[in-house]
Parts: sequence; structure tokens; C-alpha cells
Amino acid sequence: MKIRIIIDQDIVTRPILAEAILETGIPLNIAQAHFDSAAGEIIADIKDTEYRMIKNALVSRGAEVLKLDTPINWDEEECVECGACISVCPTKVFSMDMEWNLKVDNTKCIQCGTCIEMCPHDALSLDV
Amino acid sequence: MVNKSISEINDRIKDGSVSVVTAEEMVGIVAELGAEGAAKEVDIVTTGTFGAMCSSGVFLNFGHSEPPIKMQKIWLNDVEAYTGVAAVDAYIGATQVSETLGMEYGGAHVIEDLIRGNAIDVHAISPGTDCYPRKILDTTIDINDLNQAIMLNPRNAYQKYNAATNSTSQKLYTYMGSLMPNFGNVTYSGAGVLSPLSNDPEYRTIGTGTRIFLGGAQGYIVGQGTQHSSKSGFGTLMVQGDLKEMDTEFIRASTFTGYGVSLYVGMGIPIPVLDEKVALATAVSDADIITKVIDYGIPSRDRPVVRQVTYEELRSGSIDIKGREVVTSSLSSFKRSRQIAGLLKDWIAHGEFFLSQPAEKLPSDTVSRPMKQTRGTPMVKDIMSKNVITIHKNASVYEAAKKVMDASFNHLPVVTENNTLVGIVTAWDISKAVAQNTFDLVENIMTKKVITAMDSEQVTIAARRLEQHRVSAMPVVDEQNHVIGIITSDDISMLFARRN
Ligand code: SF4
Ligand code: SF4
Repeated sequence: MKIRIIIDQDIVTRPILAEAILETGIPLNIAQAHFDSAAGEIIADIKDTEYRMIKNALVSRGAEVLKLDTPINWDEEECVECGACISVCPTKVFSMDMEWNLKVDNTKCIQCGTCIEMCPHDALSLDV
Repeated sequence: MVNKSISEINDRIKDGSVSVVTAEEMVGIVAELGAEGAAKEVDIVTTGTFGAMCSSGVFLNFGHSEPPIKMQKIWLNDVEAYTGVAAVDAYIGATQVSETLGMEYGGAHVIEDLIRGNAIDVHAISPGTDCYPRKILDTTIDINDLNQAIMLNPRNAYQKYNAATNSTSQKLYTYMGSLMPNFGNVTYSGAGVLSPLSNDPEYRTIGTGTRIFLGGAQGYIVGQGTQHSSKSGFGTLMVQGDLKEMDTEFIRASTFTGYGVSLYVGMGIPIPVLDEKVALATAVSDADIITKVIDYGIPSRDRPVVRQVTYEELRSGSIDIKGREVVTSSLSSFKRSRQIAGLLKDWIAHGEFFLSQPAEKLPSDTVSRPMKQTRGTPMVKDIMSKNVITIHKNASVYEAAKKVMDASFNHLPVVTENNTLVGIVTAWDISKAVAQNTFDLVENIMTKKVITAMDSEQVTIAARRLEQHRVSAMPVVDEQNHVIGIITSDDISMLFARRN
């Protein structure tokens, strides 16, 4: 499963991730990371069974942990299969097959919302 | 030499012996049989395209109300239509946006709702005349209540279109979709191998009166489209068709975030293979159609060309830009373009669609000129104030406060010894520092990411940046990042107030 870890400004300089990994012995497979002076955000892949442990380890150090378990919804009725969404998705959720059908692999989705703005046909949405 | 006439081909449609293929299939047929063999073998090549075509709309006739009204303004589901054409005629343009919902709903959505048979609220006003006494009208109609709903699109079916990318560090929202920063993606439009005009680039068979597939119905080419620029390979078509017979499979409303509303139009044009020359033209493939990748990061009519590219490359999923592989996205649907070419082929093969002889050819030597502008457009240097008060980065907050007081100016660009810009402090930053008792150096309280303008920039461009970043002043810098002036939102509003 995918999780989003948010690390606030006041603790962003501390080695929270490394400590949590050391404490739990769980390897975090980091898919995306974004840090600036204000905050840090990490998207990581973990096994479902490890969620509780890693969450506790991170939360006790002041981080916020969110499950990314409601991936992008694709409304096939509205979709015209243009492919506009393909080039903006950071994790390659969208692709075209040989017959120019849109393929959506939403297990890769990190719920960033970028594709929603791109879709001209209002065919993509996230549950909030 | 092959030499067929349209009426001969129509006879074959009638007796069922016509040979019709799609433009995609034709590529292989010409490769195999040669142009002459293909011209003998194939009577008609069908094309198709399905993409955003902003320059679209529908003429509506409502019939007369009791008492009658001469509509002066009209809104359909809160979207204004143009009614400066007779009492109860109106033209709903695809890109007009709703007065209540903004870009979420527009003319294109009204058009889609009409095709779907949905109810539309009509509101019209008029000054009232002796012959048309009514002043206000409110009613609800659907497409069946209209006498006519005739789609008339001034500019459709661009032969090909420039692809788009973005060199800046900011995401751009355009009619070419979201363009990600630092050449993050490339978007393009057009059906390439299936593109109607690319399959007859000399307009040897396509012209005024050509019967076509439009939005799922049979329509016609009216003539050249607006901005038809045949000389440079960017021809366009004006087309018309009966909205009442159209299908939402092939007419769809769309919204481009941050840009606005557009209409996706499905169009297919049959190309009669009259001779070898036509056969050869219809053998065009994605690899033969070349377009340009344009940098939309530069806000000018003459945007720089990043590179040339073929539709084959664009369609491959990524192209090389400055040594990096950049992912491409189509905005038009190739699958649906293919569906249209296939449907048109079926109609013809089953004797449901006949070709028409064009009454007039499309002009082949036009160029589209830029606008004539009679008023000079002001530059930043024309309105910036040159006596800008700056402050050194090592000055104290106290000094900054004093400068702001003396100059009664809200913004102080922060500079180094040689006047290079490194930050900006506002009266607000200073009061905040004072309130928090941080009598620090200016350097430590300034905003480091400064939004700037160049003196040679157009004021409109600078004004937009000001607005986007929600700041009220920008230092003006030269190429070396030296501060040479400052421009404020007051300067800009004063300029525009003068011009109105
Ligand atoms: S929300 Fe983000 S990750 Fe998910 S499909 Fe859209 S662009 Fe891709
Ligand atoms: S951008 Fe929207 S309409 Fe186009 S393929 Fe993606 S989901 Fe479908």
C-alpha cells in the first residue's frame, strides 16, 4: 500500500525517517519525496501488515501519516480517451494500449490530483 | 492514368460495388500497389478527427412568443448567446462561459445538453417596440422546441496544430492543457494520418459543398474557415450541420482548467480517389506530417520553436527535448478519430452516404496575418518609477523602517553593494519584525523570492504576473539583475484608467 508522510517545518531537519526505519526494521520504499524550507512530504510503498508499526513510529516522532487507499476514479462515460492525462501523472497511472484505449492502473496512484485539472472532460476525480 | 468522376463513384455506392477504405488503411495500400494501382483499386478514402475546436457554435431559432419579443440579449442556462441577428435567432458560441458557474459550464455544455435533450432555461430581454412589445422572456425549452438548431463552426479541422511545451519553472494552464514546468511534458492535437485536410492538402477534392460527417450526422463544408492559412499548411474549414441529428459520442463539451470552455467536435471527410495524385496524397502517414513544438512559456504571439517533430514521434509517447525524454499527451482522441473514419466508411459501403461535388474549391494561397494594432502598447519602462528607493541587505530593520517612512513607499527592494537585487521588504514585513521585537538585519526578514519585471516587457504581461503572484509592486531589473526601477499596481491601474 501507499502512504503519505508529512513532516512539518519545526521537525523537518530531524532524521525522523531514518529513526523510524531503524526502530521498526521496516524498509520504506520511497516513491516520491518533496522537501522545502516549509515542510516535507514523502510518498512511500509498504506492506499492508507493516502499516500500524511504521505509522506509530513516525507519528510518535511528530510526523503525520495518511493512507493513500482511495485512488483516482475514472468515469468511462465522460472519458473520450484523448490521453491528455498521460503526460501529467507523476506515477504513470495512465497509458494507451495498441488500439488507443486508455488504460488506468490506479494501484500506482498517489492521489496528487494533477490529472483532475488536466482532464478536459471531467472524467477524473478523487474522493475527499 | 486513372480518371474517375464523383458521379461514377456515387453510382458504385448505389449498386454496392464501391471500394472504400480509411486513410489509415490507405497508407499500406499505396505502399503495396503504388499510386496508380491504389487509385484503380480504391474509390473513397475516409478521414476522421475528434478534438477541441473552440471556434464552434449553433444558430438557434426559438419561434415567436406571445406577445412577441425582439431579443436584445439572451442567456441559455446563464450562458449568453448572441442575438444581434433578427428577433428570435441567436448564436450560442462554444467558448462563452456561464455568468454564474464560470468556466465550469459554457456554451459547449449548452450545446451538449441540447443534443442530450435536456431542458434549457432561456432568459431574454428587450427594450420593447411597437411591433415587438415584450420586454422580458423566461421559458424552458429543449432541442425539440426549437425550429432550427444549426451548428455552424467558423473554424474547425485544423490541418495540423503546433505542439506545446513550457520552459519556465511554473506550471502553465493553457488551451493546450496543463504544461508542466521545465519541459515537463508536451501536448499536441490532431489526428495525423487520419486528419481530413492533411489527406488532401491541395484541396483537390474538398471544397464548398462537400458533404461530411459532422458530430454523428451528415453536414457540409461551407468554405474556408477563419484564419485559413493554406500557404503555410494550416488550412481550416467552416462547416455546418443539423444539431438535432447529432450524437454526444461525437460532440462533447470540455473545460481546460485555467483557460476555459471548448467543444470537442467529431468530423470525417470522404476523399474521392479521382486519380493517382489524390491516391498519393491520401497515403500520407504520421511520419510525413511535421509540426513544431512551441514554448508556451514565452507570453508572445511569436513563441519560440523548441524543435520540429512528426506526428509519429508525438504519438510514440515521448520525444527528445534538449537531450531529455519528455512524455507527450494528445488532447484529441485518436481512438474516436478512427471510429469516425470507420463509421463514415460503413455509411458509404452500405449506401447511406453519397459524395457531393464541391461547388467551389478552397483558396490555396491565403496567409493569416497578425492583427493591425494602431495604439502603441506601453512598455514597463514607460510607466515604472525610476527613482526607486532601495536598501542594503546589511541595513537594520530600523533603517528600513525609516526609509519607508521618509519615502512613504511600501516596498523596498533589497540590494548588495553593486545594486544587485537579492530580496524585497514591505512595510508589513517591517512592522511584523518590530512587533516581534526582532530588530534584525534586513537580510533576515526580507522575502528572497522576488517577483520582478524587465523594462522591455509589455505592461500587460507584467500586470498579469503581478496579479498571479498577488503582489502589489515589482522591482524592475536589467539583464544583470540590477534594480533600475519599480512598477506598482497603482501605476498599472492608472495607465488603464487613462486609456478607458
Ligand atoms: S491523482 Fe496524481 S498519481 Fe493519481 S492518477 Fe492523478 S496524476 Fe496520477
Ligand atoms: S484526460 Fe480525461 S478524457 Fe482524456 S483520456 Fe484522460 S481521463 Fe479520458
